[in-house]
Amino acid sequence: MNDQIRRDRVTRFIETLNQARELGLSVTEATGHSLTLCLPYSDRIIGNPATGVIHGGAITTLMDTTSGSVMLCALDVFELCPTLDLRVDYMRPAEPHKPVYARAEVYKITRNIIFTRCEAYQEGGETVANCVGTFMRIGPQALPTAYREQITGGPA
Amino acid sequence: MTDPEILRYTRETGDFSRLIASIPYANFIGLQCNKFGDDLIFRLPAKEQNLGNPVLPAIHGGVIGGFMELSAAIYLMLAQETIRMPRIVNFSLDYLRAGLDRETYAECQLTRQGNRVANVIITAWQKSRSQPIATARAHFLLEG
Repeated sequence: MNDQIRRDRVTRFIETLNQARELGLSVTEATGHSLTLCLPYSDRIIGNPATGVIHGGAITTLMDTTSGSVMLCALDVFELCPTLDLRVDYMRPAEPHKPVYARAEVYKITRNIIFTRCEAYQEGGETVANCVGTFMRIGPQALPTAYREQITGGPA
Repeated sequence: MTDPEILRYTRETGDFSRLIASIPYANFIGLQCNKFGDDLIFRLPAKEQNLGNPVLPAIHGGVIGGFMELSAAIYLMLAQETIRMPRIVNFSLDYLRAGLDRETYAECQLTRQGNRVANVIITAWQKSRSQPIATARAHFLLEG
């Protein structure tokens, strides 16, 4: 599997997630062990109207989506892995009117669990938030074939 | 975060509509809040845009997190004597069951209130309170 295939799979996957579509998430980079997604700025997700800073919940969704999709890059066979837990540390408020990026990597894959870490940042590299997560492997069989093929782009 | 006048109004009337209308993200996910005596119950009515997993279908885990996080912040704002705006420091979230495409509820509990930091526990459920779909713990920094 090359990076273009990874990118296409993740793009198709996040397009099936209503909330990811609603937020306008898109793939910035996909490699064999990491994934970067982009959350564009929008007035609709502001948490603090006085400053225009977006709500942490949108960043949580960005980081959950990125961490929950990075296994598509790391595993050859598409598996949907439900989140077991997430821990988010907020370093600084995201600067308004600028996109937020999240870069996730898988640092351990076991038979049942996938361990991820993720960093949310903005242009210039300032960290907005850090997140560690664990995801449950329910296996590729848990998914309808049609859905799996929709993501992988055909029988695989 | 929020206009002190709106906060005062919410505290006096128990009507959360103005407070919620003032926070775009609350409207984005559709958060609601009701007061029963002194207790606050936060609600997230079923909404198609909030879904993640299309197979089940289930609410996006991030939306459940955002809902719990915002519930905790609103709860804390109203629990304060003075008007101090809580700023979230961190958030730890355990997903216990899939959040299905139906109304979700959350309640908060102030575990410890220090001078500068507050610890809040949040529980979210759907069909039955005894079967939570997620629990979370958040630290907030309180600034004058």
